[in-house]
Amino acid sequence: MTRVLDVENLRVSFPDTGKNRVYPVDGVSLSLDRGETLALVGESGCGKSLTSLALLRLVPSPGRIEEGSAIRLGGTDVLALQGEALRKIRGRRIGMIFQDPMTSLNPVFTVGNQIAEGVRAHFDVSKSEAWQRALKLLEEVGIPDPAARLDSYPHQLSGGMRQRVMIAIALSAEPEILVADEPTTALDVTVQAQILEVLDRLRDSHGMAVLLITHDLGIVAGRADRVAVMYAGQIVEEAPTDRLFARPSHPYTQGLFASVPRITGPVGRLSPIGGSVPPPGAWPGGCRFRPRCPQAFEKSETMPPLLPVETDHRMRCWLAENGADASD
Amino acid sequence: MTLLQVRDLVKHYQAGRFFRGTTPPIRAVQGVSFDVETGETLALVGESGCGKSSVGRTVLRLQEPTAGSAVFEGSDLFSLDRTALRRMRRRMQIIFQDPYSSLNPRMTIGSAIAEGIEIHRLAKGKEVGRRVGALLEEVGLDPGYAGRYPHEFSGGQRQRIGIARALAVEPRFIVCDEPVSALDVSVQAQVLNLLADLQRERGLSYLFIAHDLAVVRQIARRVAVMYLGKIVEEGETEALLRQPRHPYTVALLSAVPEPDPRRQRSRIVLTGDLPSPSNPPPGCPFHPRCFHPRRDRRCRSEIPALRPVGATRAACHYAETTPSPETA
Amino acid sequence: MNPVVDALARSWRDPRGRAGAIMLGAIAAGAAVGPIFLPDPLAQPCVLECRNLAPSWAHPFGTDDLSRDILSRVATGGRISLAVATLAVGLSVTLGAAMGLVAGYWGGTVDAGLMRLVDAALAIPRLFLLLLVLAVWDQVPMPVLIVLIGVTGWFGTGRLVRGEALRLREESYVRAAEALGANRRRIIFRHLLPNTAGPLLVAATLGVGDVILLEAGLSFLGLGVPLPTPSWGGMILDAKSLLFTAPWAGIFPGLAIVMTVLSANLFGDALRDAVDPRGA
Repeated sequence: MTRVLDVENLRVSFPDTGKNRVYPVDGVSLSLDRGETLALVGESGCGKSLTSLALLRLVPSPGRIEEGSAIRLGGTDVLALQGEALRKIRGRRIGMIFQDPMTSLNPVFTVGNQIAEGVRAHFDVSKSEAWQRALKLLEEVGIPDPAARLDSYPHQLSGGMRQRVMIAIALSAEPEILVADEPTTALDVTVQAQILEVLDRLRDSHGMAVLLITHDLGIVAGRADRVAVMYAGQIVEEAPTDRLFARPSHPYTQGLFASVPRITGPVGRLSPIGGSVPPPGAWPGGCRFRPRCPQAFEKSETMPPLLPVETDHRMRCWLAENGADASD
Repeated sequence: MTLLQVRDLVKHYQAGRFFRGTTPPIRAVQGVSFDVETGETLALVGESGCGKSSVGRTVLRLQEPTAGSAVFEGSDLFSLDRTALRRMRRRMQIIFQDPYSSLNPRMTIGSAIAEGIEIHRLAKGKEVGRRVGALLEEVGLDPGYAGRYPHEFSGGQRQRIGIARALAVEPRFIVCDEPVSALDVSVQAQVLNLLADLQRERGLSYLFIAHDLAVVRQIARRVAVMYLGKIVEEGETEALLRQPRHPYTVALLSAVPEPDPRRQRSRIVLTGDLPSPSNPPPGCPFHPRCFHPRRDRRCRSEIPALRPVGATRAACHYAETTPSPETA
Repeated sequence: MNPVVDALARSWRDPRGRAGAIMLGAIAAGAAVGPIFLPDPLAQPCVLECRNLAPSWAHPFGTDDLSRDILSRVATGGRISLAVATLAVGLSVTLGAAMGLVAGYWGGTVDAGLMRLVDAALAIPRLFLLLLVLAVWDQVPMPVLIVLIGVTGWFGTGRLVRGEALRLREESYVRAAEALGANRRRIIFRHLLPNTAGPLLVAATLGVGDVILLEAGLSFLGLGVPLPTPSWGGMILDAKSLLFTAPWAGIFPGLAIVMTVLSANLFGDALRDAVDPRGA
């Protein structure tokens, strides 16, 4: 296994209305190996998208990455990079695709033009060579009749096709890591299945590492190697996918599983988590899930660290100390 | 008892007001028939552009139908004049998908909920405020919130407010237009439970429009699957999920991501995108994407009728031999 | 959460908005209060000795060829100009809002008819339209002038509001109100109008600058505010022949026009940004 990305104690802050700062990402550590898929799962406002933007130093102003955070890309310290060196990381080492394929493409240029431009931004190749590569990329992402599609404008394509083009643009720089931020959320289910299949295939053929940001436990199963569940700016549980699904241990993770309607098995009333995610700045002291947690106890008033549940399986809950997960 | 009876509903949209005739109309709904019984939920399921939302809006006459009939509690909805229609609005309500655009940002939520009460003069003076308070409580919100503005609430809370607004006029029937699609999973489960509770307590009937079969399974006893403006399969939800007879239903079911690594079924990944509703293919609307082994010339020329096959009704010439999700 | 208060507060935080508001406020205050303390703008205290005096302590802006105090005339003229502008803009914004909302919400033939009218009206220069009317009417009374400027000024606002109404009509809360059985009046006044208040405020502020210029232009052509009432445009017309003997007679009313239009536009620009949610 080659480690391609190491994030340690990542903290991102934004100024509050007053003089205080809030920390929507508050001490996230994660790592990625070559050819591996890590799923970062959480509900809106948990800080998962901001975490992925921070990897590319794309935290929107006036937010900033705090002192003490570390992002290492192979041997490169991303947080020490400036100007041109930083720009070269973006796209070339870490590619990114977003949720909304409608607004991520420039409407006034053809698809071929935009992919070729991506190629030429990172490689010193001739124009015709760039177009050749663009054609190949369109083939790779499974666009039918790719030669004709090179001359299409984004508005002539469906949502699924546009997302394929976005993937082709991300691939054009041959990145080591692909960050996919809710890549299928805006798409229909049958199209979602197609796009996920393309992503899986490309990860295997290119040996890329994939950071899959999603709210949907369903697309994580059978796809990701490892899962990290985020709540209120922190990772609250992490494990290899099979272990997490076999034994979700943090009360929040358990709540998520109990909330998901299933297509198989018995139908019963869902047991959702009560309340809603508090905004950053309104997070309680101690365990941040405490006010919504059915199993909170005295010790929850102190913030738990990530504690081992079993091999490679950790959660941010004091219940792990009992040598058991929360369900016991 | 049948509450709503819709027959051969057709809705076309004409693009370009001044150049009528030069562009073909968008055939959003092409002859849809269904019944909604008192106290039950019928789900309309399909992907974007299948016409499901147009059905909901046309039935409520928020849009004028192109053809067809809808009989609600014995009165023909499509022949009501403006006054009679306004009176009928009390009986039929709608809940929207987007919790952000469904509330007027310039109105307190109390006055938003009171609006229907005022329009239909259901109460006067202090009684209005009392009713608003009771409605907020019924949907699980603090009655003291009445004086606040929408931006102070989360997506899930706004959806509850939208439900309270619909309930204010004491309807019998509610069109739920993707009411949980924009919500986080834990909140989605809360709202689904709330809708189920309200149905039981108030004897409501729902037309539940959704794209997610797993969500539908939670709330609807009967389901109709739409594709390109037509119902391609309908039946009891459990029967339809157990043995879908239309290939499109099979694909839709197969594409639902299941949060269980052990139950990753072999997936049927459809090729291609939804054809344009302004230029639907001849014959069976699904034939260009169909994977049925017996697909033949008949599918390309002859429109299949909705007919009983096994436990459901399906519009496929070869529904008897449709491969199941496991074997396809 | 009142949209108007909210937008005003936000533009106050913008340096342009604050500068514009302070300048506009000072000009308006000067025009409102100044004439009370200043000499009669029509008075000719000493017919010959006081003609064309350069600015001094007694006459800070100097005097004109009829020995009238220019400061006093600028202040009084400002009163007239600002009053004409405010009333005319009020009228045009009201008309624009009404027409825009009706066209945008009703749609169909009403919309098509109104918008073709706007297209036609916008194709004819406003000044030309006004000149045509004013040329056949000798010495128009002030109220008529205000109404004329107002009635010829709503087209742009109307189109803007129509666009907003078309967009808002698709919002779910408007559909929800329809589904509740709300009539058109309720939808227009409770759901559409409050949500177009921001853009209307911007149109009004920028309109004030436009109308001040327009009124000055008309008065300069001798078609605006009837004589001998002082007005900024009329004063510049009078000063035309004094360009070399008493330049101050034209400079000060000219400066007043420039400052007023500039501050109205500064404030309007800041308001526009404050109202645009993308800038928030």
